[in-house]
This record gives sequence, structure tokens and C-alpha cells, in this order.
Amino acid sequence: MSAPKTLYDKIWDAHVVDTQPDGTCLLYIDRHLVHEVTSPQAFEGLRMSGRKVRAPEKTIAVPDHNVPTTAGRETHIDNEESRIQVEALDKNAKDFGINYYPVTDIRQGIVHIVGPEQGWTLPGMTVVCGDSHTATHGAFGALAHGIGTSEVEHVLATQTLIQKKSKNMKVEITGKLRPGVTAKDITLSIIGQTGTAGGTGYVIEYCGEAIRDLSMEGRMTVCNMAIEGGARAGLIAPDEKTFEYVKGRPHAPKGAAWEAALAWWKTLYTDEGAHFDKVVTIRGEDIAPVVTWGTSPEDVLPITATVPAAEDFTGGKVDAARRSLDYMGLKPGMKLTDIKIDAVFIGSCTNGRIEDLRAAAEILKGKHLAPGVRGMVVPGSGLVRLQAEEEGLDKIFKDAGFEWRLAGCSMCLGMNPDQLAPGERCAATSNRNFEGRMGRGGRTHLMSPVMAAAAAITGHLTDVRDIMAETV
Amino acid sequence: MEKFEKLTGIAAPMPLVNIDTDMIIPKQFLKTIKRTGLGVNLFDEMRYNPDGSENPDFVLNQPAYRQTEILVAGDNFGCGSSREHAPWAMKDFGIKAVISTSFADIFFNNCFQNGILPIVLPAEAVAVLMEDAKKGSNARMTVDLEAQTVTSSDGQSFHFEVDAFKKHCLLNGLDDIGLTLQKVPAIDSYEAQMAQARPWV
Repeated sequence: MSAPKTLYDKIWDAHVVDTQPDGTCLLYIDRHLVHEVTSPQAFEGLRMSGRKVRAPEKTIAVPDHNVPTTAGRETHIDNEESRIQVEALDKNAKDFGINYYPVTDIRQGIVHIVGPEQGWTLPGMTVVCGDSHTATHGAFGALAHGIGTSEVEHVLATQTLIQKKSKNMKVEITGKLRPGVTAKDITLSIIGQTGTAGGTGYVIEYCGEAIRDLSMEGRMTVCNMAIEGGARAGLIAPDEKTFEYVKGRPHAPKGAAWEAALAWWKTLYTDEGAHFDKVVTIRGEDIAPVVTWGTSPEDVLPITATVPAAEDFTGGKVDAARRSLDYMGLKPGMKLTDIKIDAVFIGSCTNGRIEDLRAAAEILKGKHLAPGVRGMVVPGSGLVRLQAEEEGLDKIFKDAGFEWRLAGCSMCLGMNPDQLAPGERCAATSNRNFEGRMGRGGRTHLMSPVMAAAAAITGHLTDVRDIMAETV
Repeated sequence: MEKFEKLTGIAAPMPLVNIDTDMIIPKQFLKTIKRTGLGVNLFDEMRYNPDGSENPDFVLNQPAYRQTEILVAGDNFGCGSSREHAPWAMKDFGIKAVISTSFADIFFNNCFQNGILPIVLPAEAVAVLMEDAKKGSNARMTVDLEAQTVTSSDGQSFHFEVDAFKKHCLLNGLDDIGLTLQKVPAIDSYEAQMAQARPWV
């Protein structure tokens, strides 16, 4: 009998094309997702060397980072550089014959939301994209990670990647989550505990009852931020929920192919006794609604806590924390719930799916943005937007004073006009609170959609459980 | 790709931990469709004031460090986004090697794709080199890839590990795509097998 394998081992082994004596492998790539920012140089490289895209049918492109989220973008993008990048993707998709969802297509959206929505992402696949949040697709039990532009060109030309195998790390979330606690709180709490380099060199498998209990949307939120914990990829073993989500999607297998696929997918789990190089266990009951206070995703605290002092840390983190507190304009010892906000952003590949919008709308129903606070909801795809409108969620957001935008990455990285002004403070459902991330001098507090909705109502960081108690 | 063999140059100290790729090259410069010209915007928001003038406190603006070729950086350098614009900007500025206790995975790989050598050393060694870097432009550090050593200006030498294949590619300036295309028969054969085994892919 062969040695017990982890889920990662199984997917890896199924994709090795060639192994060199030193262990360097050539790994086959089943799906290559492409967006406008990290691909133009790769396509240019192909042209200069006279190469083609090896498997255009496995390559899917969509513009998301640069596109404005306001009406009229179908015909004109004001920013010239953004327009050139989007036009370059239009041309590259056409010239190289790859699958494409242009900005005029209702299915356009953030690449990591479009992939699963269209059934491109399937269990057991290898999925790459020139984008670090490719980890999102791991929620399906697919080995998915970000790559640089040179590697994008490599995959376009060869449909493979040169890789060394990572180590196996298990993150188990046991038991049940408490009310008001979401997938975002799980993933932020893990990073708070392990640090932004805790997963470096590993592929993480998330497991345990609290992970099993999550919807596919929630699992995508957890895997999405594996990269913020340093891991290239996060994985969750596929189960009935996964199969149910995938079934019937436009690019999912049908008929006999579905049955064959399902039979293989059901073998994709970590064998009893398989070895993990690192194990982290967190009790679901111990996770509280959390927010970030600093400029690293590891700067996580329960909403009931106070702002730390630089001296609370050790090593290089002391200076980093001092710099963060200064940048964020916070004083040690102040209650997190006393931090006033200027803006709320609900969206991104972390929390821009229908379930996220439903959860935020549930809190905002019949309420309004606090005076002086601006709010923006950016659905993750045109189809998410459409569904939200069918459910009347757009009306709840608009009645609450939010702007209801078109799909894209938007303020999460501020490459389009959606940005924070210097010093402006935002409750955000996105994934990075780095200096300048949402606009130069902008201050970002990461949190779940329900926590962002709660902050929107009060105008300061707020424990969503207090709002929930009021509504009961 | 340019070869990397041996380098003697000015090293700049950047002790801050978790220097992310948004710091290395902020998003407004990702709108380019070229790989070159980003050096002027390397570390843009740390390097320039909001009015566009240089921040004299930032290390690369100081006269001693304007010709920096090596960075000695705090833990977890290059975390965050996969943007290859980060090593492109470093290369365009003239940085050819970075020394830290750890690097984020994607950034680490992106460096090798651009002829930049990321060097992982233990905290004690990085501390010594950080102090050496603080001596300014009269103190030159040497990185020898063949020998796998970094030597400080006063002759203290530290051995580092590097993946054998990546070393081979860097020393010879080999292009990954060219190497992989030699293995097209293996890729063809894998695809043929998979057409039977997993036709839905």
C-alpha cells in the first residue's frame, strides 16, 4: 500500500509532467486566469518570440483591476493608462483566441469570482493567475496560487510551471462559530495567530467542523486570504456542498463526464495518518468578530480590545508597529470601538459574493449610514449584482445611503478612480491594509461584511453583536 | 535574461519588517504595459513627499545610497501582491540582490525571473550585514553566487543556501520558457494521457 497522502500531495502528483533529479518539477496547469494588469508584458513576450498560447481553451481573461465601477465604462474609460491596459487585454484575448469576458459582458467581474461562477474552477485542478488572491479557488479543493508575469508568459507558452513542492500545513478550526462570527473572522484570526509569514513555504489545508459548516462563499473567503498568511495556496477538501455548487455551471462537466469527474473528486481528501509539517488548531468558539488596527493583515484584534502599544511587540515588529500606529493615527490604549470612520467599502474578491451582500444588507435593513460617512458597495461580478438586485438588496443599500456600483476590484487596491483621500479612514471588507493600498495616506481597517455594515450605521468601529442584539 | 555571477556594490539598510509589494511599487504604476522605466517609482510613497519632492530621510535618497545595488531588509520582504512590477522596479533602479531572513514566496520567484538574487540568511548574519550597510558608500559588500557567500566590507563572510536549479539558471542567464520548451514531448504525452483520464478538464 502506498503511504498516506495529503490532499495537496494528491493534486500535486496528478499534475507532474516531469521531475528533475533535484526535485524540481514541471507541473501541468489546468486553468489559467488572466487580468489586464499583470498580463500585457507576457503577451508582448509571446509576440516577440513568435510563440502561441498553448491551450487557449484553458485560458480565461477578464478585466477587473482597472475598470471604473460607474456607468458609461462600456464605452469610455477616462484614465488613459487604464484604458490602454483594458484595450490591450481586449486585443490579446482576440489575437490569441482565449476565453474572454469583456467589460460589456454581464458575466464580467473580479477574476476570482468569475472563475468559480462560470464553473471554470473545479475540484482537483491546478489553477494559476497573475494575482496573489488566486488562493481563493482552493475552496474547491483546487491547487490554486498566484504567479508573476514571467510565469504568466511561461504558462501561456507551455501550459506548465516549473515548481518545487511546498510543505504541508494543516489549519483546523474545531467546533461551532458563535453568532456574529464569519468566515472573514476565521481567516483574519488565523493570520493574527500565525503572522503574515507563518505560512511561507507551505500549502495550507483548512479543515475542521467550522470549515465544513461554511458555505462555498465562506470557504472562498477563508482560502482567499491564505496568501496574507504567507501561504501560496489554501485548500479545502471538496464535499457535497462543493459538488452542489459546481453542478450545472456553464463550464462544469455534464452527463457521463460529470459522473466520471465526481468519482475522482470524491477521492480528493487527506488520507488518515498523512503527514503535516505544521499544524495549527483554533477553537471555533474562541473566535470573535475581529478588525485590523495596523498596516499588516497580522495586526488583528477582537473588536472588544484596545489599540496596542509598539512596546507590546518584540524584535523588528516594535518599529513596524510604531510606524503603523503613526500611519493609522491611533493612540495606544484607545478602545477599538472608539475609532471613527469616514468610509465603508463592501466588495472585493474576499467578500464581494452574494452571501456577503446578503449578510451586510441584513444588518443595514431599515438603517442609514452615520452622518458624514460615505459608503460603497461593489458586487464581485455582474451576475452577483444582478442577483442582488433580484433579491432587492440594492434597494436596502441605496436606502441606507450607499452607492451601488458596477463589478470590479475597485477600492480594494484603488487602481481605478475608487480611492481614499489622505487621512481618510475606511471600514473595508477587502484583504490588505497596507500603507497606501486604498489610496495614498488612506487608512484601512479590515473586517467582515456584517462588521463593516455595523460600522456604517454607527460611524465608528462597532461590535456587530451589539447591533444584532438591538434588532432582536 | 542577464547572468548573475558576482557582485560588489553598495548595500542599503532597510530594517523595517514586512516591506510589502505595495511599498516597493504602489498600484498607480502598475498601469504600464512595459517592464522598464519603473525604477524612478521604486518605493515611491516612502521616497517622495506628497508634493513630489524627495524625502531626504529615505535611505535611497541619501547621497551615500543613490547607487545602491544590494538591499539588506527586515523579515518577510516582498509580502503581498504577485506584481512582478516590484522586481522590475528594483532592477530598473539597479538593485541586483536583496538580503533578508525571509521572503514572500511569489516575490522570491519573481526575483529569479529577472536576474535578481534574493538571499536568505539567519537573523544574526542579517544583523551584521545591516550594520555593515549602515556604513554607507565607502563600504562595499560582495555577493558571490558561485561560492554562495556574502562578504561584508570588513571581510566577514556568510554562506547562504540557494536552490541548485535556480542557481544554474541565474549563473547562465537561462530563460525558463526556453528550457521548458525542450520538454514539449513530455507535455504532449501528459495531455494525451489526461484526455483519457480526466477528459472534463
